[in-house]
Amino acid sequence: MSQLLSQIASTKMMAHHRPWPRAAVNAEGWRFAADQLAAGRWVLVGLWGERHAVHMAVRDEAANESAVLSFAAADGRFPSVARLHPPALRLERTIQDLFGLIAEDAPDGRPWLDHGRWGMSAPLGTHGPANAARYPFLPVEGDSLTEIAVGPVHAGIIEPGFFRFTTNGEAVVRLEQRFGYTHKGLENLMAGATLARGIDLAGRACGDSTVAYSYAFARAAEEALEVNVPPRAVWLRALMAELERMANHFGDFGAICNDAGFALMLAQCSAVRERVLRTSDTAFGHRMMRDCLAVGGVARDLAAEGITAIHALLDETGRALPRLKELYDNTASLQDRTVSTGIVTAALAKQYAAGGYVGRASGRSFDARQAPSYAPYDRLRFEVPVRQAGDADARVWIRIEEIEQSRALIRQILDHLPAGDIRAELRLPGEAREGVALVEGFRGDVFAWLRVNADGTLARAHLRDPSWFQWPLLEAAIENNIVADFPLCNKSFNCAYSGTDL
Amino acid sequence: MRKAILDNLIRGIATEPPPVPDAAMRDELARALAERARRTLGRSLSIRAVDAGSCNGCELEIHALSNPFYDLERFGFSFVASPRHADVLLVTGPVTKNMREALERTYNAMPDPKWVIAVGDCAKDGGCFKGSYACCAGVSSVVPVDLHLPGCPPNPTALLKGLLALLEAGAKRG
Repeated sequence: MSQLLSQIASTKMMAHHRPWPRAAVNAEGWRFAADQLAAGRWVLVGLWGERHAVHMAVRDEAANESAVLSFAAADGRFPSVARLHPPALRLERTIQDLFGLIAEDAPDGRPWLDHGRWGMSAPLGTHGPANAARYPFLPVEGDSLTEIAVGPVHAGIIEPGFFRFTTNGEAVVRLEQRFGYTHKGLENLMAGATLARGIDLAGRACGDSTVAYSYAFARAAEEALEVNVPPRAVWLRALMAELERMANHFGDFGAICNDAGFALMLAQCSAVRERVLRTSDTAFGHRMMRDCLAVGGVARDLAAEGITAIHALLDETGRALPRLKELYDNTASLQDRTVSTGIVTAALAKQYAAGGYVGRASGRSFDARQAPSYAPYDRLRFEVPVRQAGDADARVWIRIEEIEQSRALIRQILDHLPAGDIRAELRLPGEAREGVALVEGFRGDVFAWLRVNADGTLARAHLRDPSWFQWPLLEAAIENNIVADFPLCNKSFNCAYSGTDL
Repeated sequence: MRKAILDNLIRGIATEPPPVPDAAMRDELARALAERARRTLGRSLSIRAVDAGSCNGCELEIHALSNPFYDLERFGFSFVASPRHADVLLVTGPVTKNMREALERTYNAMPDPKWVIAVGDCAKDGGCFKGSYACCAGVSSVVPVDLHLPGCPPNPTALLKGLLALLEAGAKRG
């Protein structure tokens, strides 16, 4: 038994769950886990439900160990994790909305994804009548306060969400987010689906991370089915993932500067981003590489033409990046906006286990490619940039540094790309099996968990976007900043809406 | 130093337009769009984009229309923040039930004449999200749609083509 699980008094190991162990725990064990999370000894990776149970994925970072704990919510209730560990709060509210399971003594019982418009409650559990559409926002008290309501339709071309600002003059004293507008019932559509449809849906959970999501889904399914993915496919996936990371980081770099009123950078970066997308199109047949991964391997091979195009892209980005860096670094009016704006403290980043550039700009070095790691990253050389300032500027720099790392990774992958098959045959499992995977997307770690039935269909799949643990930090980061800096702060986070609404 | 970099950057874009795979077609499209946009609406067409529950893939490609390769504004198109200023409503996503009212209100806030383009496979009829408890059956189940643009997501060239098709239809109707 793993070190992590051996700390829990009473556990029952569940068979056929890979690669992390899964154990059933009682209420005492569940509360113990919540205590460990609250004390900062473990990290919360995921918290999700099914009809009669809740599951929690945790990680002991010091020991580089992960596990899944399950609690049978026999009477439709489970002990609240958020009571002790606030990062669990929105996940618990989601479990309540989708499955009708109640988190006992939770600090906030309001719905999260359920806006009372589905014609029913608990769509993935025992259906009840629709909830009320009215949503009580947190009360605000004090003198000279103004509330500003923004959304769900925003001024720009972005995803829908609702922000309620409470301001005192220009300063924001509180931001309250409300999401769920893009909830499409993805996990319900996955239940009973074939793995092929499952990965199609996973690739449509969050458009800018289509590679990361299908990568996580595929790896979880392959763990469940114990599939040996051909080496060439393993390396091609990483190539796609790094192209996706580079495209998004260039896009963000330009867009963040644009939200600080510096349109020149947007023009420059969006042109480079377009180059990355066109190269991906040449290499894999789709600008965003959607549907290019498959369970068992990849759906598209890389031809000589694609390799040439990627080399050309590396050369071009190698020329462009130093210029753009210098432009960013030497433009005082731009730095004036980004430096010391929207600070996330290291303590909060650690507590929320914030991944991606949000965590790494605030001193948290976690990167799933490094630990727990997965092939082929265990054989590639790269560094994980970390900064301490925690402001919008640091989040820009992390992206710039990650682009440099991705360029180096792509070069290594092209140099060592094995020949051979790109897709393994899948065999029916013959029994229910479960798999879990963590993949580093451009935004942070994407978590996937699934259970495959004996006939190879999906019993249940869950996808957890990195933004679950980043959105709440935006509420904290904006405090005492001025309203006019919100777009800049928000863009420097660039959290996912569809990825968290699912 | 800074000025030199800026000049260099700006001149680079202006004087050396990057090679485009189907440059001829795009140029043709550009000329056709420019003429028809003028004939139908004088000089410009304002677009309000609403994400009605998309995965964000379509938004990324709509954004790409404004990059220096496509530069949508040279055709007289512009994205506007308020539906009151818009001629065209560009809708993405299957229309989630949680976004239905917001979409209806945006549509109703637009002055006539107005056109609606549903962008992407899921905007057509729900696509891969069809039948979900949380989704409507595409944009046309909520507001009248003039044109569907297929693709997951449609690439920027396909989006440009769609705007042309809409102008043709608008010219006939007008």
